[in-house]
Amino acid sequence: MIPVSAPVERPFLTVDDLAVAFPTEDGLVRAVDGVSLSVEKGRTLAIVGESGSGKSVTAQAIMGLVDKKAAQVSGEIWLDGQELIGLPQDEMQALMGSEIAMIFQDPMSSLHPFYRIGDQIVEAIRAHRSVGRAAARQEVLEMLRHVGIPAPERRIDAYPHQLSGGMRQRVMIAMALINSPALLIADEPTTALDVTVQAQILELIQRLQGEFGTTVILITHDLGIVADVADEVAVMYGGRIVELASAAELYTQPEMPYTLGLLSSVPRMDQKLPERLDPIRGNPPSPISLPKGCVFEPRCNYSDRTGGASQTTRPELLESRPDHFVRCHLPAEERQRISKEVLRVLDGGAP
Amino acid sequence: MTTETKQILNVSDLRTYFPVKSRGIIPRTVGQVKAVDGIDLKIGAGETLGLVGESGSGKTTAARSILMLVRPTDGTIEIDGEEITHLSARELTPVRRKAQMIFQDPYNALNPRHTVGGIISAPFKVQGVDPPGGIRKAVLELMERVGLNPEHYNRYPNEFSGGQRQRIGIARAITLQPKLIVCDEPVSALDVSIQAQILNLLRDLQREFGIAYLFVAHDLAVVRQISHRVSVMYLGHIVESTSREVMYSAPLHPYTHSLLSAVPIPDPKRQRHRTRIMLQGDLPSPIDPPSGCVFRTRCFQAQERCAVEVPPLRELAPGHHVACHFPIAVEDLPERIEIDAAALEEAPVPQGVPGVTFQEPGPPHA
Repeated sequence: MIPVSAPVERPFLTVDDLAVAFPTEDGLVRAVDGVSLSVEKGRTLAIVGESGSGKSVTAQAIMGLVDKKAAQVSGEIWLDGQELIGLPQDEMQALMGSEIAMIFQDPMSSLHPFYRIGDQIVEAIRAHRSVGRAAARQEVLEMLRHVGIPAPERRIDAYPHQLSGGMRQRVMIAMALINSPALLIADEPTTALDVTVQAQILELIQRLQGEFGTTVILITHDLGIVADVADEVAVMYGGRIVELASAAELYTQPEMPYTLGLLSSVPRMDQKLPERLDPIRGNPPSPISLPKGCVFEPRCNYSDRTGGASQTTRPELLESRPDHFVRCHLPAEERQRISKEVLRVLDGGAP
Repeated sequence: MTTETKQILNVSDLRTYFPVKSRGIIPRTVGQVKAVDGIDLKIGAGETLGLVGESGSGKTTAARSILMLVRPTDGTIEIDGEEITHLSARELTPVRRKAQMIFQDPYNALNPRHTVGGIISAPFKVQGVDPPGGIRKAVLELMERVGLNPEHYNRYPNEFSGGQRQRIGIARAITLQPKLIVCDEPVSALDVSIQAQILNLLRDLQREFGIAYLFVAHDLAVVRQISHRVSVMYLGHIVESTSREVMYSAPLHPYTHSLLSAVPIPDPKRQRHRTRIMLQGDLPSPIDPPSGCVFRTRCFQAQERCAVEVPPLRELAPGHHVACHFPIAVEDLPERIEIDAAALEEAPVPQGVPGVTFQEPGPPHA
């Protein structure tokens, strides 16, 4: 969980100073700007953020899915001792689907509409391992049963459109996990699903993670899902990580005003009904013209307490408590005082 | 409560069926999807009714049918005392002054070739209304009211973010001060920080103008934030309907229990220590819905009777309607779901529920 490049022994996945920028007619879009993070084997890191925060691009960069012709990618990504950025196309291809797998919000983006789902997963096996067709098909049947598809012997020959959204999501998970990847990146895996199906899918991912020891990076905007499954959480805003902590600590001792704003914005069912929600004011910044200082400054309620620093200089991501990193100009005591205050109001205490 | 306030919307036995056509050169109707299958809804002035359900529950079709954007198959819809189902498209125009709609996707709901000013002033022109001080002045005031910069009068929708576009849609909806606004998933396409802004705006406008909302959404936490009463839909039917307080603290329908338990709570300690009811499988096909109770195929309470007999929506406590043969109280759930104590405190427990004295179901209703 240390967001610096440790010299010898790196955690299972280490991302160091990752930057992805897309040149456009209107200027350079810095989608990801200096993201460093690490995940230990078998753990779940959630990357939370709103649209435009850079969370999906970060995931795509780790997967090697960012088109190098369209984007400038820099930084280092180490997976199990191997550097991924700059890896030749064929070597990256060999890793994708075997060592790293990804599931998306829309299962149809991974499933080919013209092929039977069984054949597609068989293909995924045979692309990476020399397994006979019949044996592969047997393996697929087992995996489909494993991910909770009823009557897999009938469904294995179905086309994607013949399945419901939840079923397709399961098929995609089956395909992603068929080669027991060490790293699974799930980009909003349940956003398109109903809550009852979402609960099933999240449980499935956690169960399979427990069985296979998979490391999971979960990209989401939903703080409820994060609370459910994450060990560590990185909060992203304007292409940067603004807070990085264990899930337990992020919800009990958040420090970055943006994290506080997110927590106050979400209506919750487990708390006394607030008269009004307390949303973050304004709109997210345009990635083309980011503020000069702290990217959150224009929407921050406390930026006037930084003595002007938040308007002029970019704050660093610094360790505020052990394993808890915050990117904010406010003094730590001030942040912690504000945090206590906000959480007390959220919990229904008098303001 | 509802007898005193004026009824703005009164929907009775609304049914909207879509034909299922066969393939081939001459398509024949081979069946029908009963998207909405006999629902009743009442909304008083200045009140919000939340209509929740998952995809395929029929909630959006219900919303569209109520404003006659989809012609219902059967049933009656009264808006401010006027029955509208028999009206022609032209005759509906004056009704639209009283009832407006806000859509889920603010990108598709606004004409990209019209300026913001043009979009918001359209209702004045369509309805032939001349506001005091002129249309332009009224539009500028509206823009200000919903939190848009009036200087952006001549800009086009693509120059705005999602949240701002939803504000444009809201401004257009309140232009003629309607008595009812049907909101179809108005915040589900927005980021959480923007979502909260829009919810606050809707609530403020309700207080200011006394607008009634039919708030259609799948997000139970959002619905709790804005609604006075809540109805839960499943496969074209309303399965439970009651006040917000009761719905979130003492629901009785097994489906409502499962829905509530499936919503993750943004607090790791609480979230990981509550027991959840896991529903098996997906929503059945609405072309071929289960016999008897539509929820029985996924229900933990289901028994033989549920396959034979459709459970009617019965009033088990004042204002609390449940369509279930075997309703179950929170404390009797097989796997107890943790419900927050604070939420329970605020809920005035309705007479009749404690002690779980469910009325023994009488003879089958018709």
